This record gives sequence, structure tokens and C-alpha cells, in this order.
Amino acid sequence: MERIPILQMGQFLLVTIQVDMHDQLALTLQEDLAERINATSARGVLIDISALDIVDSFIGRMIGTISGLSRVMDAETVVVGLQPAVAITLVELGLTLPGVSTALNVERGMKLLRERVTT
Amino acid sequence: MSPGESGTLPVRIEQDVVVARQTVRKLAQDCGMRLIDMTKLVTAVSELARNTVVYGGDGDMDWHVLKEVGRLGLRLTFRDTGPGIPDLKLAMTDGWTSGNGMGLGLTGAKRLVDDFVLESSPGEGTRVVITRWV
Repeated sequence: MERIPILQMGQFLLVTIQVDMHDQLALTLQEDLAERINATSARGVLIDISALDIVDSFIGRMIGTISGLSRVMDAETVVVGLQPAVAITLVELGLTLPGVSTALNVERGMKLLRERVTT
Repeated sequence: MSPGESGTLPVRIEQDVVVARQTVRKLAQDCGMRLIDMTKLVTAVSELARNTVVYGGDGDMDWHVLKEVGRLGLRLTFRDTGPGIPDLKLAMTDGWTSGNGMGLGLTGAKRLVDDFVLESSPGEGTRVVITRWV
């Protein structure tokens, strides 16, 4: 089955979404992440969506769900790399990703995760 | 890419939603649509194509390249022979959903295009026609 790879870097998990996701792939990622957080005791998850051309309500909901489920598993999620056109569209669509932490790029996202986890 | 060109794609399984998005992106690029407008249109396509797969059944997407007073546009029609929408007004309410979605598909898609027409007859199916000008 097709899967989005999840990489471990110390106490963080990194996910880079580089394919045009169909809905089942998004759901599989959600489940895989929950399992990996549990298996690795990860404290943070960084999701890079800079390669995504669009974020529709389904992907938006997936991002919200991952963020919520990682929180209840004692891990922080930061979403990075939202393209300007995608961000404008997302807000116009009616999705502002409440409760989801975002950072402009991977570097800033990692910095944010480190700060949150050490304090 | 020339005005009057048209085509039809099946929108029946999840993977068709991805193909619909990719097809519309290519058409929009060929029409010279700006990135932001293309992003809005493709996002609307994603919402409507998913509705067609999930709620419709036996659905298709028709595409047409339009030309009007020197400008190009794209018109997309999502049609299915599913159960239809009993209450169109309710279906066009932000946050209302008959399934387990967020209730942003139809209303959100409407906000992302220049023209949006929803027609549905219970028991016969649903038709959504959207237009975005370049």
C-alpha cells in the first residue's frame, strides 16, 4: 500500500508530503503517525507541506486531526511551508486551522518545536 | 488550448478526484490563469469532485474552455445520478454537513469561483456548474 514516509530525528518525527494525496493516503498518514508517536515516544511532529499545490477541507481536517491527536499523545505538531496562494485559498474556503501551530519553513518549525519541548 | 474545447472525465472513485484536480490545473495553466486563481479553482474542483464521489455515484466532470469579450475562462460541470440534495438552502449553509465532513465543500467552493450554480432533484441527481475567468 502507498504510504507517506515518516522520518525520525531525535525526539521529533518529520513528514514531508510530496505527492498529490488522495483521501485514503491522508487517513493512512494519520494512523501511521499516531502509531509512530507511540512507538518512538516522539515529543514533536513537523509536517512540511511546501510541495502541496492545494489544501482542501479534507487535508485541512487531516492537519487538524493530526495536531489534536499528537497533543493528546504528549507531542507538539508544527505545520510548515504553506504556500501563499494555498494560504489565501484556505482562508477563503473558510479554514483557518484553529489550534494548529504553523511556521514559515522547516528551520523555523524545528526551532519552535525545540523551544516547546525543552520548556 | 482553444475556446470551445471540451471534454469529460469520470468522477467515481477517490483516485478520480486527484485526476480531476490535475486535469483542471493543466487546463488553467494552458489558459494562462494566475497561480492564485488556479489554486482557488483547483481547490473548488477538489471539494466538488469529492462530493460527487462520496454522495453522488456514477458521476462525471465536464470541462469547457470559454471565450467572452477577449477573455478565457473555464467552466466545469460536476454531475451525478445519486440521491440528490433534498434541501438546497440547507446544503448551502456553512458548517452544515449530511456526512462527516466539515460542511465547507459546497459553500467554500462557491466562494472560490466567479460563478456557481447548484441544481438537484431528489432521486435524480445533482449538478454543480462552476466558472472561473482568467
